[in-house]
Amino acid sequence: MKNKKRWLFTSILISIIMLLSGCNSMVVLNPKGPVAKTQSDTIIFSILMMAFVLLVVYILFVVMLTKYRASKTSDDYEPPHMEGNKWLELIWTVIPIIIVAILSVVTVRTTNAVEKVPAGYETQKPLVIYAASSNWKWHFSYPEENIETVNYVNIPTNRPVEFRLYSYGPITSFWVPQLGGQKYAMSDMVTKLNLVAEHEGSFMGKNSNFSGKGFAQMEFEVLAQTPAEYSKWVKDVKDTAPKLTEEEFNKLLKTEIVGRKSYTSTHLGFAPAPMDMSEHGHDGDSKTESTDSGKEPMDHSDMSNMDHSNMDMKDHSSMESGH
Amino acid sequence: MKWDEFFVTGEPMIYGAMVSIVLVSIAILVGLTYFKKWGYLWREWLTTVDHKRIGVMYILSALIMLFRGGVDALLMRTQLAVPESGFLDSQHYNEIFTTHGVIMILFMAMPFVIGLMNVVVPLQIGARDVAFPRLNAVSFWLFFAGAMLFNISFVIGGSPDAGWSAYFPLASLEFSPTVGNNFYSLALQISGIGTLMTGVNFIVTILKMRAPGMKLMRMPMFTWSVLITNVIILFAFPVLTVALALMMFDRIFGSQFFTMANGGMDMLWANLFWVWGHPEVYIVILPAFGIFSDIISTFSKKNLYGYKSMVFSMVIISLLSFLVWAHHFYTMGAGAMVNGFFSITTMLIAVPTGVKIFNWLFTLRKGKISFTSPMLYAMAFIPIFTFGGVTGVMLAMASADYQYHNTMFLVAHFHYVLIPGTVFGVLAGLHYWFPKLFGFRLNEARAKLAFWLIVVGFNVAFMPLFFLGLQGMTRRMYTYSADTGFGPLNFIATIGAFVLAIGFVVLCYNFYYSFRHSPRDEHGDPWDARTLEWSTPSPVPVYNFAKVPHVESQDAFWHSKKHNAPLYKEGPYEEIHMPNNSGQPFILGVIMFFAGFFLVFSWFTPAIIAGVGVVIMLALRSFERDHGYHISAKEIAATEQKLRGDSV
Amino acid sequence: MKINDALPLEYRTEENSNKIFGFWLFLGAEIVLFSTLFAVYLTLWNRTGSGPTGKELFEINGVIWETVLLLTSSFTCGLGIHAMRLGMKKPMMIFFGITLLLGLGFLGIEITEFVNYVHEGATLQTSAFLSSLFVLLGTHGLHVTMGFLWGTGILIQIKRQGFTDETANKSFIFSLYWHFLDVVWIFIFSFVYLKGLM
Repeated sequence: MKNKKRWLFTSILISIIMLLSGCNSMVVLNPKGPVAKTQSDTIIFSILMMAFVLLVVYILFVVMLTKYRASKTSDDYEPPHMEGNKWLELIWTVIPIIIVAILSVVTVRTTNAVEKVPAGYETQKPLVIYAASSNWKWHFSYPEENIETVNYVNIPTNRPVEFRLYSYGPITSFWVPQLGGQKYAMSDMVTKLNLVAEHEGSFMGKNSNFSGKGFAQMEFEVLAQTPAEYSKWVKDVKDTAPKLTEEEFNKLLKTEIVGRKSYTSTHLGFAPAPMDMSEHGHDGDSKTESTDSGKEPMDHSDMSNMDHSNMDMKDHSSMESGH
Repeated sequence: MKWDEFFVTGEPMIYGAMVSIVLVSIAILVGLTYFKKWGYLWREWLTTVDHKRIGVMYILSALIMLFRGGVDALLMRTQLAVPESGFLDSQHYNEIFTTHGVIMILFMAMPFVIGLMNVVVPLQIGARDVAFPRLNAVSFWLFFAGAMLFNISFVIGGSPDAGWSAYFPLASLEFSPTVGNNFYSLALQISGIGTLMTGVNFIVTILKMRAPGMKLMRMPMFTWSVLITNVIILFAFPVLTVALALMMFDRIFGSQFFTMANGGMDMLWANLFWVWGHPEVYIVILPAFGIFSDIISTFSKKNLYGYKSMVFSMVIISLLSFLVWAHHFYTMGAGAMVNGFFSITTMLIAVPTGVKIFNWLFTLRKGKISFTSPMLYAMAFIPIFTFGGVTGVMLAMASADYQYHNTMFLVAHFHYVLIPGTVFGVLAGLHYWFPKLFGFRLNEARAKLAFWLIVVGFNVAFMPLFFLGLQGMTRRMYTYSADTGFGPLNFIATIGAFVLAIGFVVLCYNFYYSFRHSPRDEHGDPWDARTLEWSTPSPVPVYNFAKVPHVESQDAFWHSKKHNAPLYKEGPYEEIHMPNNSGQPFILGVIMFFAGFFLVFSWFTPAIIAGVGVVIMLALRSFERDHGYHISAKEIAATEQKLRGDSV
Repeated sequence: MKINDALPLEYRTEENSNKIFGFWLFLGAEIVLFSTLFAVYLTLWNRTGSGPTGKELFEINGVIWETVLLLTSSFTCGLGIHAMRLGMKKPMMIFFGITLLLGLGFLGIEITEFVNYVHEGATLQTSAFLSSLFVLLGTHGLHVTMGFLWGTGILIQIKRQGFTDETANKSFIFSLYWHFLDVVWIFIFSFVYLKGLM
């Protein structure tokens, strides 16, 4: 039994060392924006709470195993009959309930917080970017700037960005760990993810939901730039990039894996996103929008007569020929 | 489908598998013929309705599937050991993680648990068999047919490649055009029906066939866990039945449930799958809780602490298990309200689970703990499972889950609950009840060696995955580049996986070693245990109990040993009514296999013929008049004399 | 074998009372199965794609006839069990025979209905709504078909063997099944047809 304890101890030690040394590489705990910061704080708080629980259990466990082993008792020792103890059992029911209650409050608060535009940014007009996945790439459309990129997305720092996610095929999940947690992109509805970058830098973004053969390659770069640099980049794209024609876009959909691309128009004009709330007068008030998106899965009912059925047809044919 | 597409081709590994399958099959056929064992096999095993033998067949199948799923795991770990590895290509890797998941959950964990239920429950409640022995055989053969159908996809037609959760639209014909996911839907359907029948069978058995005096609150904790598990099976499996049927209609008959056009709804599949899938987790974990309870009590030489709260917490867990399914897709954008609700229900499960942990710990208190191999598994379970459990609480918090979802952190979490929970549980149960089944114990030294390899290997294999998850490594990616920095931890994990595998090899070798060298058990109670199954000789005679035991308390056998109170009333033996063996369940399984196989390839005419065959089998059963047979009192007396000597 | 004469014939042996209890459990599973199908239907019922809606499709006449036939068959099935308990073999067989014929009539109308739908271009493949409609109705119809075959088998056995522990037990369990299918139909009638026509 001794080596077991020693093993437990060393494994905990190793874990702690790994945790401390690895903090920088652990992108989830190295946030660069308020959403990821909230999540990172939540995670660290929960780790501390759970470490307390583990400590209690492990101490009891070690005590029981060292004190009551057969080799330590006399041969004629007869363990007593114990039915249980009302008070003890009450304690280990009530304390976990209190812990769960605390965690529940934290969860509900932080979940509300990360679903909304981050605190302090509500008054700014968010930059809307449509992020659509197809096969194993990401299309980013900037309706405001009227540009579109593939497999990379530049954003200005300190401005809320509203990603509107959907997919031309299997469910994917849009994830930029250093800016905030992920959200699914699906073919029949648009989901929204509010992120803000407070630091400049290049961040890894990826699809985290398995979507087939090229899934492992489905990464993109998020480049957070100062607003001035961002504007310059937009201007550069407008000066140099070609227009995105419908023909070009369909060709793009068919291609399985491509590198980076830039265009001076978006595909939203000829292939609008499914159930696009913004085109029905919901624009601006982010508060109502976030509640709207909360209810979306419940009422797909009127979807079928939306014009996206048309879009579906198109991308089906393109998918088939892609195989 | 063209004939040249029928067999999976182009991979040396698959050719290897084909050749070895053919060779093993030939070896088995030749061996059976040479040793003239065909009759034995048919009479004693394929047609048996004896719960103990059915249990053994379940466990044997589970061990074979553990091997298959384990090889899948090793292939995955080998591929991920280093960045940019070329060992497997993407398609192959996707098939392997899919089959690994399906096989480990549905064709390893489930049959292992059900096998132990079969072996133990009738013995623990003092019954001669389950309520419906024939139905029990049908359950087994349907499970087996499903398992074989699923495994054959490796060489014929191609394996499913959309993950064990088979999310649509990825699993639709459009994005997964091979027959792989047809195999998925039909194989799981066939074995699922078998499981549902098991659910009905064991609820009736436990509620209606207990020995006189065994009130519900006197039942051993394993029997309690099985009762609750089977109630979950009864209410969860029909949802899977429907989900798989809809999947089959979408893929084979062109319906539009989960498609992207014509009103189909992809997230409907996710909902249906997890409404079944989450209770399924508790279906495989609760019996393990029961096994640990019995083992901890036996080897601390104490009754279980807080019996009532142990039962009550399992009931609460089973109820909550139906209210948490949406935590598998917080990230679909259902909003803070919905996610908040499911976060709270999910975290609440920690409360009854915690109650159980503390009750186990206090069962140890003032005990006389002996560290036998079953007890070692139970003792490893407590700290490791608690670790897995608290990471589960962390995952339950929706806001944080947005960062964990689909990452290696999640993978680490569920292996940290399912392996110490279910796998250690069934291994502990196997070591514990092995002498009851076969009349000799597994060699302790080798069992302990295997245990330490498994425990150390497991932690080395899965602990790094938590950190990989936080580093942003997602699950199911077949490769990663060197500059991600995922390399070193993955390499450590791979080493751990191989240590774990060596542990399993030692464990299996121990079966052979103990068969050769272990002393035979004389009295049927090698562990000085507490419950009724140990009061009957080992190996257990076909009728289980020569006389029906009379129960006066919890831990009935212990009570009778300590108070010198006989379990069996004085008096002569009475004749015992037993069910006859039947080949029908086996034949039904074979027909179901072919029905499924034909449907996989959309060969409708043969499928319909097989379907008619099923109906004919049902009619045959309805018209059959089989009243079983009787074992005479004289024969029982002779058997008991031989097994027990002069006593009783 | 323990036999308790105070109970009705179908309950008398322990094995038979276990079978009845087991069948109740099975019906519990069936309730979950149909509930899931209803949940699927109610999720998809107005996702009609380019296909027809329920309102355009449903014809109330056939549905009313189906309802009448199935409700009556449930009643005659109950009468059959009553006759069995009184030990009246011939009336029991007649009532069961009527039950099965009514069931056959129900199936006939349902099949006609399906053929009509398909002729109107409303097939399983047309839309999510129709997929869920066909599968829900089809599952119920398949149950009725199985019930018909099963009931026929039981009738033959009663004709040959008369009322024994076994045949009485089987008849009683069959009657539970048949009533259950009736209850499911009432839900189909309300949540599929009435809801669709409103």
